[in-house]
Amino acid sequence: MQFLIDNFDLFWDAFLTTLSLSLLACLVALVLGTLLAAMRVSPIAPLRGLATFYVETFRNTPLTVVFFFMIFGLPQIDFVIGFFTGAVLSVGLYTAAFVCEALRSGINSVSPGQAEAARALGLTFGQSLREVVLPQAFRTVVPPLGNVLIAMVKNTSIAAGFSVSELSSLLPRLVNASAGDLTAILVGVVVGYMIITLPSALAVHRIERRVAILR
Amino acid sequence: MSGVDKWFGELHVLQDIDLSIDRGEVVVVIGPSGSGKSTLCRTINRLESIENGEITIDGQKLPAEGKELAKLRADVGMVFQSFNLFAHKSVLENVTMGPIKVRKQSKADAEKRARELLDRVGVGAQADKVPAQLSGGQQQRVAIARALAMDPKVMLFDEPTSALDPEMINEVLEVMVGLARDGMTMVVVTHEMGFARKAANRVVFMDGGRIVESATPEEFFTNPSSDRAKDFLSKILNH
Ligand SMILES: Nc1ncnc2c1ncn2[C@@H]1O[C@H](COP(=O)(O)OP(=O)(O)O)[C@@H](O)[C@H]1O
Ligand SMILES: [Mg+2]
Repeated sequence: MQFLIDNFDLFWDAFLTTLSLSLLACLVALVLGTLLAAMRVSPIAPLRGLATFYVETFRNTPLTVVFFFMIFGLPQIDFVIGFFTGAVLSVGLYTAAFVCEALRSGINSVSPGQAEAARALGLTFGQSLREVVLPQAFRTVVPPLGNVLIAMVKNTSIAAGFSVSELSSLLPRLVNASAGDLTAILVGVVVGYMIITLPSALAVHRIERRVAILR
Repeated sequence: MSGVDKWFGELHVLQDIDLSIDRGEVVVVIGPSGSGKSTLCRTINRLESIENGEITIDGQKLPAEGKELAKLRADVGMVFQSFNLFAHKSVLENVTMGPIKVRKQSKADAEKRARELLDRVGVGAQADKVPAQLSGGQQQRVAIARALAMDPKVMLFDEPTSALDPEMINEVLEVMVGLARDGMTMVVVTHEMGFARKAANRVVFMDGGRIVESATPEEFFTNPSSDRAKDFLSKILNH
């Protein structure tokens, strides 16, 4: 305990890094994932193809490889981004593929008659998605989307291997310096992650219950 | 529509269809299951695309996918067999969505008109419920109000009463007869002979993707000219 108090600044900084990395990556993943999902169900074949290609590429590539590409690959073509930005983009672009798939299965769970009725009214493709399909897809999508985002928070730990001083990067550093405090260090790191993921899990639960009643 | 052909893969669902409908005319489409009636209906607002031929509405050719098509669909009301009311919206919001999002009416105007229409089809009291709380007959009448709210030039009905319990069929048909009386142009796929006799100017009989016969209701029901129509009528009148 004393160890944690003594090193509070270190933990706090690392926690903030993990938190901002998670929030920014989450933003990228949600925006891009929604866009990709819209493309995957659009009537325009090239858009569908492009989105499918994206999803399959990122879904089947280990996240470490994505990081490697962002941080060491891009500079090869004279495109240098910082470690932190690289981490945000890696996690965000990678998670977008999973967000897209979660949304898409939600969209498929909405009966096609709903979109048809919307289009028959004269709503454009975008409007019928926005006004009719996505709000209904959202109801079935909350739990799987929650899982994707919680997994994402944990995936930010890969940034430790790429010079980002986030929570899990404390492990090798502190354990090397003070092996006797291993338990305290582990507890500190785990609690840090839980402060981010537990409220998210709780929120998912709440939203899930709310929409269940609405139905 | 003229010379319209449509395939689903190998299946030639619509074969060289010619059909023209005058303003204010009520056309009932009848025929065995799988004969292409729904598909015919759905090509008119391009929910299904066609391979050959031409469809024009009020002098305007059906545009390809995009904003133009959306604009045209706004002028064509459609009522589905399974209602397809927006499940996450109230009855009132179902009716105001088109006017607000497509016609850019103010919310207040749209709601005023929506309540009038809901009263007209006899479900005014249900305006604030969600569709799942309504009976099938009520839902279908809301669907009609939703289509009417767009002031369509023509209304398409694809078996509007076949998903309903018998006691609810009449309440929907009455609304439709009222519309026909008020001069709405209508294409109605239905097996309800009563409606055809009361409201239709013309009955079109389809079989195997073709229009086999087109006649007034009296002619068609008393003296059909084709054997297939005779055969079909004897089957549906005997049960
Ligand atoms: N989306 C589709 N894909 C493939 N075949 C279809 C599709 N929709 C309808 N069909 C086929 O086209 C034929 C005509 O269908 P339909 O227009 O629904 O007939 P009806 O409404 O007269 O019963 C049927 O054989 C049906 O199986
Ligand atoms: Mg049908």
